[in-house]
This record gives sequence, structure tokens and C-alpha cells, in this order.
Amino acid sequence: MFKYLPHTKKDIEEMLKVIDVNSIDDLFLEIPEELKKLDLNFPNGLSELEIYDKFNILANKNKNLIPFVGAGAYDHYTPSVIKHLIGRQEFLTAYTPYQPEISQGTLQYIFEYQSIIAELTNMHVSNASMYDGATATAEAMFMATNVRKRTKILISKTVNPNIVNVVKTYAKYRGFTVDFVDEKNGITDIDDFRKNNSKEYAGIIVQNPNYYGIIEDLSDFREILDDSKGLLIINSDPSSLALLKSPGEYGADIAVGDCQTLGIPLSFGGPYIGYLATTKKLMRKMPGRICGVTEDTDGKRAFVLTLQAREQHIRREKANSNICSNQSLMALFVTVYTAVMGKQGLVEAQQKSFNATHYLYEQILKLDKFSEVYKQPFFKDCLVKSDIDSEIINEKLLEKGILGPLNLGKYDKSKNNLLLFSATEKRSKKDIDLLVSILEVL
Amino acid sequence: MYYDKLIFEISNSGRKGYSLPDFGISNYEIPKDLLRKEEAILPEVSELEAVRHYTNVSFKNFGIEKGFYPLGSCTMKYNPKINEDISSMPGFNLHPYQPISTIQGSLEIYYETQRILSELSGLHTFSLNPYAGAHGELVGLMIMQKYHQDREDFKRTKVIVPDSAHGTNPASAVVAGFESIEVKSNPDGTVNVESLKELLSDEVAGIMLTNPNTAGIFEKEICEIAELVHDAGGLLYYDGANLNPILGVVRPGDMGFDIMHINLHKTFSTPHGGGGPGSGPVGVVEHLVKYLPTPVVKKVNNEYIIEDENDTAIGQISHFYGNYGVVIKAYTYLLSIGKENFANVGKHSVLNANYIKESLKDLYLLPIKGVCKHEFVFDGLIDKSNHVTTLDVAKRLLDYDVHPPTIYFPLTVKEALMIEPTETESKVAIDSFIEVMRKVAIEAKEDPDLVKGAPYNTVVKRLDEAQAARKPIVKYRDLLT
Repeated sequence: MFKYLPHTKKDIEEMLKVIDVNSIDDLFLEIPEELKKLDLNFPNGLSELEIYDKFNILANKNKNLIPFVGAGAYDHYTPSVIKHLIGRQEFLTAYTPYQPEISQGTLQYIFEYQSIIAELTNMHVSNASMYDGATATAEAMFMATNVRKRTKILISKTVNPNIVNVVKTYAKYRGFTVDFVDEKNGITDIDDFRKNNSKEYAGIIVQNPNYYGIIEDLSDFREILDDSKGLLIINSDPSSLALLKSPGEYGADIAVGDCQTLGIPLSFGGPYIGYLATTKKLMRKMPGRICGVTEDTDGKRAFVLTLQAREQHIRREKANSNICSNQSLMALFVTVYTAVMGKQGLVEAQQKSFNATHYLYEQILKLDKFSEVYKQPFFKDCLVKSDIDSEIINEKLLEKGILGPLNLGKYDKSKNNLLLFSATEKRSKKDIDLLVSILEVL
Repeated sequence: MYYDKLIFEISNSGRKGYSLPDFGISNYEIPKDLLRKEEAILPEVSELEAVRHYTNVSFKNFGIEKGFYPLGSCTMKYNPKINEDISSMPGFNLHPYQPISTIQGSLEIYYETQRILSELSGLHTFSLNPYAGAHGELVGLMIMQKYHQDREDFKRTKVIVPDSAHGTNPASAVVAGFESIEVKSNPDGTVNVESLKELLSDEVAGIMLTNPNTAGIFEKEICEIAELVHDAGGLLYYDGANLNPILGVVRPGDMGFDIMHINLHKTFSTPHGGGGPGSGPVGVVEHLVKYLPTPVVKKVNNEYIIEDENDTAIGQISHFYGNYGVVIKAYTYLLSIGKENFANVGKHSVLNANYIKESLKDLYLLPIKGVCKHEFVFDGLIDKSNHVTTLDVAKRLLDYDVHPPTIYFPLTVKEALMIEPTETESKVAIDSFIEVMRKVAIEAKEDPDLVKGAPYNTVVKRLDEAQAARKPIVKYRDLLT
């Protein structure tokens, strides 16, 4: 017997009698014999105590560091209540709400999540979630190319290179072309955009705050796109939208991004959650699940998956996206985070992250060996140029348990020793002063 | 009492549910013209109000720990508690940019999980980066496409998909840049080999198969199918949605498959989470390993490393390393089960399915006779004289605290009721499901209106789905106007 396998010998015998076979192996007779000769190289099972020992050893091979880097994954505070609520079996162990009468819990939080995303982005409608911010951006490209029946898309050079890579991969196999718009002084070069934009392009993908943490003013983008009837796709950190001008206010057609910044632990890159929101006009062109309001036969308000005619299980080869499972439980995570942090807390956490990053930036620039790269407003990532090799810096910081900045040279050799730091509301003045004191003596 | 409030509807201006420290860092100003002007409607509640709200919302859901959940093709097995505790250990909460020397434990978990998946599936190497089953399909098909392109075989633009396949299969084929063409099924849902022969040509890149198929039938001619497809120059893709019943019995790699995905949230017990996060690792045979998506985790001289870029890969398909937290849960499960129990996972799931099928086939129409694997499909009630449909049966099951089976799928069976019990259900639980199913069949005969009006005991009754689509209300603000 084994704890996850409840059948006793007697159960098995009784069941086999009903099926009218002699043994369980008789249920596998149609499988060719030569395929069934397995000898797996695999250890025997471990008890719970042994499992804990094993994973304690594995965890000890890691080292927890204090991050002073963001670049797509930020160390924000996670209120305690979240893990208790999202760990409830009613949420955790359910599947996609195919039977709405017994899935009102899942459907309601999806509706609340969609509402929160719509509010932060100022867009008409959000879907129930995407895998991550990068794949959400790729899906936005698919939406734009489908809506405009064009096969090319523009992307700004100030977009995070991981997002660019994912968009390029998705585009390549479907036969779409991704062309870059240049950057100038750390932001999208609007003149280059104006010059290269044409009716061949389904639209442009920009990121705000961008890869360098710089807050771009996107006010002129809509007008340029109106000439070419291209779509404006803005990738934003949703937490920044508690303070910053939203994609909707810039006239975006599609807003995407990663909700990791809404309290989701770093957990080595995932699970996070992508969001995708759009206008009323494009609602029926969205990928993924959408929850809507309806009534039951007694006239009671209820929630249900809606506009499903867009999706793969109905449209099959005619669907524009293949997404089925998304990141539903992480949508609940984001919803509970937003509920407990609330209107004030979202602003406070982001303002404090903004303050910490700016204090850090000021202190670093006081040091001889570090200098400013761009004179631009930034949010919670900041870029500095270092005269010292980044490997030496990060090694020294590591000795003190600090995760140092991202060297942009990792993705672009010409940007070697341009260092991207970040600080959140979790970083104290003391932490920052310690970091600066280490840099000072290098 | 039915709780129907939204979090926005219990908000009060000025209320808060959090606390943050003041570290004495002075305030910095964001330039005015970059600030948002539209005010967002966001919740304002105390901590208890938030906790009570979501606890009450949770009561409106049905989870595996409440009752039987035989949702076909979804493998709703028990999600062990220890998996959750291990994945949330602070030692694994790391920034993805941490240096290699500080993440050896996490990389070992990644590497070892992929190695065990290889051993169980017979494919050479896995990438754990894909986020879900459909994402795995997309990645697998990109690999198929790159393989043919590298051989400068540009004519292969078609992928064969059976008419009984999951909807994601044809959708993934198209999103990966192929044309999806359909191969007809035999009456038992297996691939019609003669039709397949007619479809195969030098324009076919490969075939996507689920084995056992969506009717729970094993493709016994799989070796012949593999030979035919390979001889025609194509590759075989294995949709791992139905891997559970053959676990420890037979391996997709040995059947001749070249590429596959595994749903960790189905076969390897990680929770479905209301529709994710899942995880869809993709495995390939040796000559396709070079195409796996970046970043790649490797073991070199007893050290685990990450390769961010290589020229042969299909490219990057996730921001970081996929749903890593889900991988830890699956690894915990794999280590818990162990070699001695693996074969029983598959075997007991098959035993349970056949037992239910044999116990109900006198009342429900069984279109495909004979032994099934982990799941099977009924074509509604045998007695259809009262016009009680599969939807009615499903809704009546809700009143008996059973999650209904998958309904109206596969599309090849008109009144499909697709039942997958999984191995973690005891005979007691299964007998009680059989009893309920029999009771509903009798009700359908004696009091059909009772079944047609179901459910009665749920928090809401049948919903007007057409109304939701006609005039979509998709956010709180829509309710205010």
C-alpha cells in the first residue's frame, strides 16, 4: 500500500470481477509486449521526513540574497494573508470553471481581477490572464497582425531584451517580421518611429517604464499610428500604474505586462502572471478566457466564461491563439494583493520604491567611479555607468549577501558595464547605505 | 446565506488592510505630466474584511478535497499537501538573476526533474520552460518546424491532427505556422491507418497524437503509424495530456514519438489552481535536443549551469525558466512516489475507469466497447425517450456533490460524457459515484423534468450564457452604468 493509492487487495479483486478480467495486466493486453519491457532507472519512494531532509539539503545549496536588481522581477512585499487565502483547497484544487454553478468562486475572482487590471490600465476589458508578461506581449502582436491583416510589427529598442526575444520567437515561426525602432537618449526615438512607420506595420510595441527604468512620455505615439492605422501596444509594469499615466490615457489599443510586481514572490522566475487588456472595439479579438456577468434562472447575479467563440476549444485551427490553461491562481494572488494593499497601499508601495531607487541613485552618483548614463526620469530601475568591471562589483556585493545590478552587457556587448540597479519598498536606508559603502571602497 | 458581494462593493473610502515600514527615506517627486489623471476604482478594506470576503468567495467553489472530480482528460488526482510546503520553502525564493554559485540547489531540482521525466517517457532531454500543455505543444511544433527548415525541407507545411484531438492541437499547429489537416478516426476513436496513408506526403511535417486517445483507447497500431510517418519524412508529436494511465507501463519514446509535452498539473499531481499555473515540459529525442528553447539548464563537471543563448535553439519562449514553483511540486511528487509505486499509478487509474464503465454501461450508452485506459466516453443515456441530455445529467450531478465529467468532448461523440476517475480515488468513492449516476439515470426515466430543471442545491441555478455574450459586462465599472 502507498498513501496516494487507496486500493486494497480485496478492492482490486472485487473490481476485476466486475470488469470480468483476471488481473490488472489483462487491461493492458492490446499494448505490444515488446513495448512493455521497462526497467526504469529510478529511486524508490521517500517518506515525508526523508523528503524534508532532501529539500533542506537542496535549499542549503542555494543562498538567499538581498536583491538590488529588478530588470523584470522585483522584490516587493507580500502580505501574509495572501498565502492563506490562495492556499484554500476550494481555489487551489479546482480546475477551469467549466461548470459555472459550482465555480462561482473562481469566476468571481477572475471578474475582480479583470476589473483591477481594467482600472489600472484604463482599458475596457482584461482577459483572465496570460502566462507571463513576455508571452502576453507576443499574443498582443498576434492580435494586432490579425486585426490589421498585416505581417510586420515594430518594437522599440528600449523594450526588455527577454520580452523582445520571446516576441521574435513567436513571430518567426508564424512568418511575421519584427523590426526595431531605434532608441535615443534612453527612450524610443520618435523621429525614427515616424520615419519608418508605414501601413505595412500592424503597430508598435513599447515598454513603459522601459528596460532602463525610464518613464517614457508616449503622448505623440497615437497620432503617428493614426496615419498608418497601426495599433499601439504598451507593455507596463501594472504596479507603476498606481502612479503613472496609464496605457488607456496614452490611447493604447492593447495593454500588456507582468503582474509579478503586485506582490508575487520572486520564486526563481515563476509562476508569475501576464495580463492583456484591450479596447471595447477589439474585445472579440482577444486571446484567452474572459469572465462576464449574467443571471441564473431565478434572476440572481452570477458569473460565467463568455465570448468563448474566440477560443481554441471552439475554433480549433481557426483560433488566433492556442492558450488554454493560464495562470488563474496567480490572478487570485494579484486580486488579494490589491484588496489588502488597496488604493492607498498600491500607491505607498510604489512611491516608497521610487524613493528608495532615487536615494540609491543619488548616493551611487556621488562616488567617483560611477556616472550618469541618461538624464531622464526613471521609476524603480536606475542605470549607471561603472568604471569598475561589473564582475568585481557583484562578487564584492555577493560576499555581503547582496545581489548586485544587472550588467546590460549580458544581452548587448556594446552596453558592457552599464549597470541596472533597483530598490523596492523592502530596502531600508541602512541596506542602501551598506550597498553604497561597499561600492565606495572598490 | 448566499454571499454575492464584490470586493469593490464592500469598500469604504480611507480603509486599509496593510502596513509598510517607514525607513526615513525622503520623498522624491515624479514629474507631473507623467502622472495618471484618471482615478482608478480600487478596493479599500480592512484585513479581516479581505480575509472574510475571499473565504466566502471560496465557499462557492468545488475542489478535489470536497468530492469526486472525474473531469475527463484533466486528470484531477489528489494534490499532496507536502508539495505546497516544499515549494514555498524560503530557500527556493530566489531572484532569477542570482549568480550560478548561489542557485545550485534550484538548478539541481530543474535538472533532476527533467532527467526523471526523460526516464519515464523514453525521450532524451526535457525543457521545463513551457508554462502549460498548450504552450508545450507550441514549443514542440516550433521544434518540428526548425528541424525541417534546418534540412532545407521547406515544403513541409502541414501537420496531421485526428478529429478527436484536443482543440489545442490544431490551434497550436496554426500558431506555430503550420496548416492543420484532419485524419479520420475509426469507430473506436483510433487513427484510421488507411486514411493516414493517403494524407502522408512530402508536404507533411508531422503528426500530433494523444495515446491513449481522448476516448481512452490505446492506439495499438502505434508502431506501424510511427514507421509510416517516419518513412514519409515526418515527426511524431505526443500530446501528454493522457500520459497518466501508461505511467510505468509503456513509454512514448519507445512507441516512436520524437517530441512530447507533459502536463505536470495532470500526471504529476500539481494543483490545477482554477486553470493554472500549470507546467508543460517538452521532451525530444537525442537529435532534436539542440532545438530546445533557451535558457537551457545543463550539468557540466558536477556543476549546474545556465546557457542563455545558442544558435541552434528555437529561441526563447518564456521570460525566465517557466513556472519554476510548479516544477518543485512535481519533483516532490516524483520523489514521494518512487519506482515501486509508479506502475500502480497508471494501472489503478485504468482499473478505476474500467470498473466505472462496466458498472454503468447498462444505463449509459457505451459507443466504444472493450477495455479502456484511464478514461472512457458515454454517449449520454441509453434511454433517450425523455430527451434528457448529457447537459441535464451533468447539472443533476451537481446536486449530489459530484463534479460532472467533461461533457460534449470529444466532438466525435454527440452526447459525450467523458469520465476520468484517477488512481487516487478509493473504491468507496467510486462506488458512491456509480450509485449517483444510476440514480440520475432512473430519475431521468421516472421524473425527467426533475433532471432537466437541475441543479437545485447549488449557490446559483442554470445560467443564461447567451445573455453574458450578447451584452458583455466584463468589469466592476460596467455594473455602475
